[in-house]
Amino acid sequence: MAISLTETAANRVEKFLANRGKGIGLRLGVKTTGCSGMAYTLEFVDEMHPEDTTFESHGVKVIVDPKSLVYIDGTELDFTKEGLNEGFKFNNPNVKDECGCGESFTV
Amino acid sequence: MALLQISEPGMSAAPHQHKLAVGIDLGTTNSLVATVKSGMATVLQDEHGHALLPSVVRYMPEGDVVVGHDAQAQQSADPVNTIASAKRFMGRSLKDIADRAHIPYNFVDSSNATKLLQIQTRAGLKTPVEISAEILKTLKARAEKSLGGDLIGVVITVPAYFDDAQRQATKDAARLAGLNVLRLLNEPTAAAVAYGLDNAAEGTFVIYDLGGGTFDVSILKLTKGVFEVLATNGDSALGGDDFDHRIYCWVLDRIRESTSDFNPLSENDTRLLLTKARQAKEWLTDNHEAQIVCRLNNGLLVDVTLSATQFVEFTQQLVIKTLAPTRKAMRDAQLTLEDIKGVVLVGGATRMPQVRHAVEEYFKQTPLTNLDPDKVVALGAAIQANALVGNRSEDDLLLLDVTPLSLGLETMGGLVERIIPRNSTLPVARAQDFTTYKDGQTAMSIQVVQGERELVADCRSLARFELRGIPPMAAGAARIRVTFQVDADGLLSVSAREQTNGVEAHVVVKPSYGLSEDEITHMLKSSFGSAEADKVARMLAEARVSAGAIINSVTLALAADSHLISEQEKQAIETEIQNLQTISQAEDAAAINKAVDALNHATEAFAAARMNASVSHALSGKNLDSINL
Repeated sequence: MAISLTETAANRVEKFLANRGKGIGLRLGVKTTGCSGMAYTLEFVDEMHPEDTTFESHGVKVIVDPKSLVYIDGTELDFTKEGLNEGFKFNNPNVKDECGCGESFTV
Repeated sequence: MALLQISEPGMSAAPHQHKLAVGIDLGTTNSLVATVKSGMATVLQDEHGHALLPSVVRYMPEGDVVVGHDAQAQQSADPVNTIASAKRFMGRSLKDIADRAHIPYNFVDSSNATKLLQIQTRAGLKTPVEISAEILKTLKARAEKSLGGDLIGVVITVPAYFDDAQRQATKDAARLAGLNVLRLLNEPTAAAVAYGLDNAAEGTFVIYDLGGGTFDVSILKLTKGVFEVLATNGDSALGGDDFDHRIYCWVLDRIRESTSDFNPLSENDTRLLLTKARQAKEWLTDNHEAQIVCRLNNGLLVDVTLSATQFVEFTQQLVIKTLAPTRKAMRDAQLTLEDIKGVVLVGGATRMPQVRHAVEEYFKQTPLTNLDPDKVVALGAAIQANALVGNRSEDDLLLLDVTPLSLGLETMGGLVERIIPRNSTLPVARAQDFTTYKDGQTAMSIQVVQGERELVADCRSLARFELRGIPPMAAGAARIRVTFQVDADGLLSVSAREQTNGVEAHVVVKPSYGLSEDEITHMLKSSFGSAEADKVARMLAEARVSAGAIINSVTLALAADSHLISEQEKQAIETEIQNLQTISQAEDAAAINKAVDALNHATEAFAAARMNASVSHALSGKNLDSINL
């Protein structure tokens, strides 16, 4: 399994990294908070940890820590527009249930 | 499924805890809202893809309020109920609006103590604050739709020249719109934030901001992400609108030339021609000539062609008008042209080639224009808002702004004691000790003034308050500490505290109305031009104060102890007092000082007699041991 980005998402990440002027890639992860168990995190990466797993998708480095990987393995990250709002969206095959807003989930 | 943005390492927010913050450029002509998404400042667009929201508010017959493009489109059709450029009226009274004859609104001078102007519309009397709040509400709705959540705070930009009343009015408008203002930020500083962070530049920069209705020039020093404003100057009644107006006047002249019976234009026609004038101005940025064609309500067909050369010619004065404040700011910052590393152009009006040329010619370098001059301020505000709500892992950027005019208080004789000099970096707090002028004085009136002149009468009074409950003491014995504090938004609070018993009084300065641009310019200019006159006036006032003080104390002493001296001596003293009183009326400081000396001399014997009397009184009936020498 792996973590991947859609092409749109990869383009955006590249643009944001370029604008930021530093960073080696994108970190996907989960946190155990939120109204339905787990919450996604999405951060720039300046430093890697030895235990991290790195994927490469459309030229962008995607970095995941081992604890998070079990919850999100197989996820495809997309960048979409909903009305005026636009942002990244996790398409995570492991999810069984989400809270109403989709910011947190259970597996 | 909620949409996520990329956070800084370790800064991911818990679900539903995203700290949404935006920057708002509340402009005279157009307003914008921007935010930082995934580390990148972006201007938010509306459903139609427009980034700029025209700062136009129309009050509809049904009671609705329409803001932006739709309102702007109806300016000609419904000029009285369609308010544009409300920012120009923020915190102003009617007499501040010099050119109101050209403005088609029904202004009403409010009868209440604030003296702030209002505008009569079909929806009733509206203040500029309420009108601005409608613009802010529209931007707030746009931002919340775009970001998918409630905003926790905003940074709103204001011209560097906005005084306390205008800043307060802006804050009030935000509150009316239901926004939490994190901070007001000077527009040029916001522009510097946008440029400084994006380009990581260091050095001294000039921000030349010619917007729709205001001109600001700021000199900023950028070092390692710290922005220090060295000087600001400007003209709060000069902008792109004035260029439109010149074209409008030029068209009127052409009409007058071509027809013999020319009647004054209706409100609708005025609007229509001003709209056409703006379009022609924008067209001339990239073209050699612009055709202005329209049919007025009275049936008259206007069809004239304006060449770029003509346009440059009759707007040359406006361009030149921007250079005087620019020079002044350079002088305040004590810089020469060689010190300036770059010039940043901000504001849509800087797209005009003649403006770019003038700036280039003055600074002898090509100005920076790589960010959209219309968006730069909003982008900077967004970056600052993002930092203020704590979405950045690095140290928050530190922004140092300055006071545009000196702040001080009135001392005896109508003199100004300057507490915070102009161009002090904000926030700033300064304290100074004052004392009483008369024996047994238990109250002190503190008048807070703004300006560069030596006399209170030549400065602007911001507020007046009283400190009561000073313990009765001899003149000069009380210690009253007056503290002036200007916060990061440029709002002033003044407190006075008597040091022995701790009584305190304070005031937050919310002046009744703002300074006009003319007043500011005049105050600055006259402080340079009248340095000598001010010095003379100060000496005279000081002489009068000391004359008053000595007359006062001698009179009191005579009333108490005149039995110590002969009638002849007493008369001599009284003559000198009268003489001094007469001379004090005249305008000669030297003569007053001379008369003060004469009175001092005349009272020498009396003073010695009083001293002896009081010493013998203190000593009488006591033996030597009990006297603590």
